[in-house]
Amino acid sequence: MGIVDRLAELIRETSSSLPADVELALRRALRREAKGSSSAMVLKTILDNVKLARENATPLCQDTGTLTFFVDSSLRRKVTPEKIKSAVALATEKGWLRKNTIDSVSGRSYDNNCADGAPVIHYVECGKGERSGSVTLIMKGGGSENMSRQYSLPDSELGAGRDLAGVRKCILDAVVKAQGYGCAPGILGVCIGGDRAAGYEVAKEQLLRSLDDKAEDKSLSALESKILAEANSLGIGPMGLGGKTTLLSLKIAARPRVPASFFVTIAYMCWALRRRTIELSA
Amino acid sequence: MIELKYPFSEAAVRGLKAGDAVSISGRIYTGRDKLHKHFADGGRLPVDFKDGALYHCGPVVVGEKGGYKVVAAGPTTSVRENPYEPDFIAKSGVRLIIGKGGMNDATLEAMRRFGCVYIQAVGGAAALSAASVKSVAGVSMLEEFGAAEAVWHFDVEGFLGVVAMDSHGGNLFADVAKASAKRLSELA
Repeated sequence: MGIVDRLAELIRETSSSLPADVELALRRALRREAKGSSSAMVLKTILDNVKLARENATPLCQDTGTLTFFVDSSLRRKVTPEKIKSAVALATEKGWLRKNTIDSVSGRSYDNNCADGAPVIHYVECGKGERSGSVTLIMKGGGSENMSRQYSLPDSELGAGRDLAGVRKCILDAVVKAQGYGCAPGILGVCIGGDRAAGYEVAKEQLLRSLDDKAEDKSLSALESKILAEANSLGIGPMGLGGKTTLLSLKIAARPRVPASFFVTIAYMCWALRRRTIELSA
Repeated sequence: MIELKYPFSEAAVRGLKAGDAVSISGRIYTGRDKLHKHFADGGRLPVDFKDGALYHCGPVVVGEKGGYKVVAAGPTTSVRENPYEPDFIAKSGVRLIIGKGGMNDATLEAMRRFGCVYIQAVGGAAALSAASVKSVAGVSMLEEFGAAEAVWHFDVEGFLGVVAMDSHGGNLFADVAKASAKRLSELA
């Protein structure tokens, strides 16, 4: 299989097969909800959909989202932007991706999903030597992206100051504001600090962490557990119809900031957290 | 589970209550941002929505044997159509609006006045929704709006959803939003 076909296959698998850790979290959530409730019905429908999409190798969600590729620098010569774009065009032609890329000025569609800046490609410096490397793809839909949010502390409306207690208030506020709009149960990636751009980037990168992963920093991992439990006590539930599962997971990271700024950035991801990594020889 | 079949009568729709699970069969039409903007700008609706269903959906559709095949067809977020929907309901005679996330009070009021309900489809459950689309009878505005925004004519069987806003002012989303805001103030 040539590299373009291999990358197109990565797109197809990412789009159609929900990662095992996310599916397991959904199964656990279904066990928590009352039998016969709308929340149980929604979760059952989601799990049936996960199974069907995997069996048919068709997209889990019609919003195949923004495609972001992280490519180890050792693969720079093999996995070029041109090869990635060819794979995206091929996957679109096959119906594995929706025609999902719109010119922001003219409003026209880029029918092969390729344009300047689409898909998003990051080459990542890695210490793996030159012989192999990994390619990670994450696909994030617009409904959930619209629920992502950035706060600048202090925030007098929330009564949130420049400390972890203030961070907690921002995150809970974001969950309540999102309700079911981002296709709950959601997964949150959070960045404390950084500038505005780094905040969104690092928050989104947290979505690549396995759902059972805990922040290394003890105070952050404690905050992850505490807020997850609190968010699930809000009663928003799957698709915002009520229930015990509002979030499947919450991942927090921190970056340095300048004295004048204190941003809290929240990347809201829907239950369909489509991410996948493949290893390739260089 | 309540069965709903096209054409959807006012009596059938008035009989629905927020929280009811429904299974929809017959013709439904997709329509989202561009259709609503087109309509608000005075454009003609390309299909007859009278006693029909409007689905907020931008599907993945591929050409196949001279026709079309639906690969993925879950709901898109409905709030974006809030500015247009009350007028759309009043003028088109639509009975079911299918989407995700619910809509605003003005839309709820139009639903009460004209006899229409909002049905929450399961967001992201696109493969399952696609499987309930038995055939694509046609498409309108494909050139003008593009594939994700075009008005697709779907014939569905057993399309599942939950009535989230009914024609008597009932609104599950508002109930949940209120309860969660109250809980948040307790947590703070």
